[in-house]
Amino acid sequence: MSAPTDTRDPWAKLRAATPARIGLGRAGTGLPTSDNLDFQFAHARARDAVHSALDVSRLEQDLAAFEVIQVTSAAPDRATYLRRPDLGRRLGANEGANLPAQPCDVMFVIADGLSSAAVQTHAAAVIEAASAKLTGFAIGPVVIATQARVAIGDEIGQAIGARLTVLLVGERPGLTVADSLGAYLTYGPAPGVKDSARNCLSNIHAKGGMSYDLAAEKIAWLTRAALRMELTGTGLKEEADPTEIPDASDATQALNTPQT
Amino acid sequence: MAHYRCNLGGELFRFGSLGEVMAKATPGRSGDALAGLIAGSDVERVAAQMVLADLPLKDFLSEALIPYETDEVTRLIMDSHDTAAFAPVSHMTVGQFRDWLLSDQASAPVLKSLAPGLTPEMVAAVSKLMRNRDLIAVPRKIDVVTSFRSTLGLAGRIGSRLQPNHPADDLKGIVASTLDGLSYAVGDAVIGINPATDNIPTAMSLLSMLDELIARYEIPTQSCVLTHVTNSIEIMNRGAPLDLVFQSVAGTQAANDGFGVTLAMLKEAHEAALSLNRGTVGNNVMYFETGQGSALSAEAHHGVDQQTLEVRAYAVCRAFDPLIVNTVVGFIGPEYLYDGKEITRAGLEDHFCGKLLGLPMGCDVCYTNHAEADQNDMDVLMTLLADARAHFLIAVPGADDIMLNYQSLSFHDMAYLRNAFGLKAAPEFESWLEGMGLINDHGHLIDSTHGTQRLLEAAS
Repeated sequence: MSAPTDTRDPWAKLRAATPARIGLGRAGTGLPTSDNLDFQFAHARARDAVHSALDVSRLEQDLAAFEVIQVTSAAPDRATYLRRPDLGRRLGANEGANLPAQPCDVMFVIADGLSSAAVQTHAAAVIEAASAKLTGFAIGPVVIATQARVAIGDEIGQAIGARLTVLLVGERPGLTVADSLGAYLTYGPAPGVKDSARNCLSNIHAKGGMSYDLAAEKIAWLTRAALRMELTGTGLKEEADPTEIPDASDATQALNTPQT
Repeated sequence: MAHYRCNLGGELFRFGSLGEVMAKATPGRSGDALAGLIAGSDVERVAAQMVLADLPLKDFLSEALIPYETDEVTRLIMDSHDTAAFAPVSHMTVGQFRDWLLSDQASAPVLKSLAPGLTPEMVAAVSKLMRNRDLIAVPRKIDVVTSFRSTLGLAGRIGSRLQPNHPADDLKGIVASTLDGLSYAVGDAVIGINPATDNIPTAMSLLSMLDELIARYEIPTQSCVLTHVTNSIEIMNRGAPLDLVFQSVAGTQAANDGFGVTLAMLKEAHEAALSLNRGTVGNNVMYFETGQGSALSAEAHHGVDQQTLEVRAYAVCRAFDPLIVNTVVGFIGPEYLYDGKEITRAGLEDHFCGKLLGLPMGCDVCYTNHAEADQNDMDVLMTLLADARAHFLIAVPGADDIMLNYQSLSFHDMAYLRNAFGLKAAPEFESWLEGMGLINDHGHLIDSTHGTQRLLEAAS
């Protein structure tokens, strides 16, 4: 048995320049066994993030300080959810009955999106940190929506009577990060709101992504600005920390990605 | 519209329009289900295919699926149709056309001269009657050759796009991935970067870096930054070294509006790039990307199935004499193509339809992490497409695009296809690889790091 051809050494310096899988070496023209297994591990983790069900009761425990309401979307299961994004954007039949009007300035909605792992790991911490920075505002209940996409927050926010929703959603997992959380702020939530009328933060995670603290600060800044200006979206530019602000085209790009 | 009907197994199936026949005849996929266009049962699908098989090809010239008056893609298709080229098949039904395509009568020169006589709708229709093997057997016979600094599409060869993306557009990181790809003999179709930050200054700095790299190593290939066509026009105005103009296109005017692109813009960019005369062995200066589902995604599908709309996008590509066209087949997500089976079928359909219309058709063999697919499905599709004579395929380091967060082919995969099937890179690029000591005279990678060392030393 011949050993895999090793072409690693020349790449040591260049590998530091990029997280890309360069200089892997090869076995014939194939990936060496260890790199092949590394890749399969990353893909398995990403798939598990998409397909694992959110442990709602554990998340409720993590949110013990808040009133929590649970709802489901119109998508009955994961397979339907992945095929029918329209169903994930709407509440299931009669789910609205679980959402009594409680007018408030701002409310948090958690949607499992495409990574329950992201929501399970980061959502409660982000809500805790952000609400601590929102003293003086009437904060509504936290609604956890499963099999849910971003736009489900519009129906929820309208039912509760929130002026603004902050929706936290599990982003489409990549091979490197499978638990990245996004946050979408929508002023005047109601079905039919355009994606361009939302503000978005993305890449909230612990592997070199946005920290809970920074995410909370940005959410609080955007919330105050949105409630004062009575809008969200392209008319509201983030200024909390200019060095961290994505430019308008990035924001639009993020809003148009298929995972929403 | 009573003529769209079929009695099958004692049941009468009626279809209200040509568009409905086309949609219901389409092999099942999630995007058509999402749009509410899919056949209600497997038997209804076969009934629609039977109706389609009996329709004269000529019908597609008199009945537009999307109105001529309101859609500039329809106008382009109808106004540029070549009646003389169509003559050899003008008497056929769709079913007869399929049989003829599979026969030896449909030889390489015959298919080449037929291409301007075919409309996207005719090609889409016949593809719906074909099995996967048919979708491989026909394009195998078709020659489409294009060139800029390398010549692509010659018999016994397969091209590759080297895609060295980086999440922060870091120049060193992009160079590192580029050198890795070159060491695997990848990059003869194009070295093409999807920028993370899509603006003019970023694109210009990326283009200058690639231009310098290509000049330093004297690589017979072309570069591209996949930015919007209006950015490319501005970049050319500012004098940056732009080889190819890129644009994503779709099959309806409304979907192209969603991309912010019109035929007039593409014409302006095409003419500007031609006037730069940067090619050495040819002057095909356009690079287009397409993908099933883009029109539905833009809510601009007019009740037409996603595969037919995809082929209409090829009419847009065809008008601008491109170097390369690729379908980004699994990128858009499981709501359009659910699993490996649907992605495989779509990849073969798109390649077949593009080639039949005379396009230099390649593919990004790829999937996202929420699709029911994995690298095994990509292994199958890339092997089938190599057998079908794809113009080029896309490859990234280790199959993992760290900027766009999806999986494509790896550089290793291109080496596999070339070794396993005896396929070579573009001839100019092949000579360069030999000169660099990266491949032997069979076109195989050399089992020594000597060539790679040389590549890396010149970079530092």
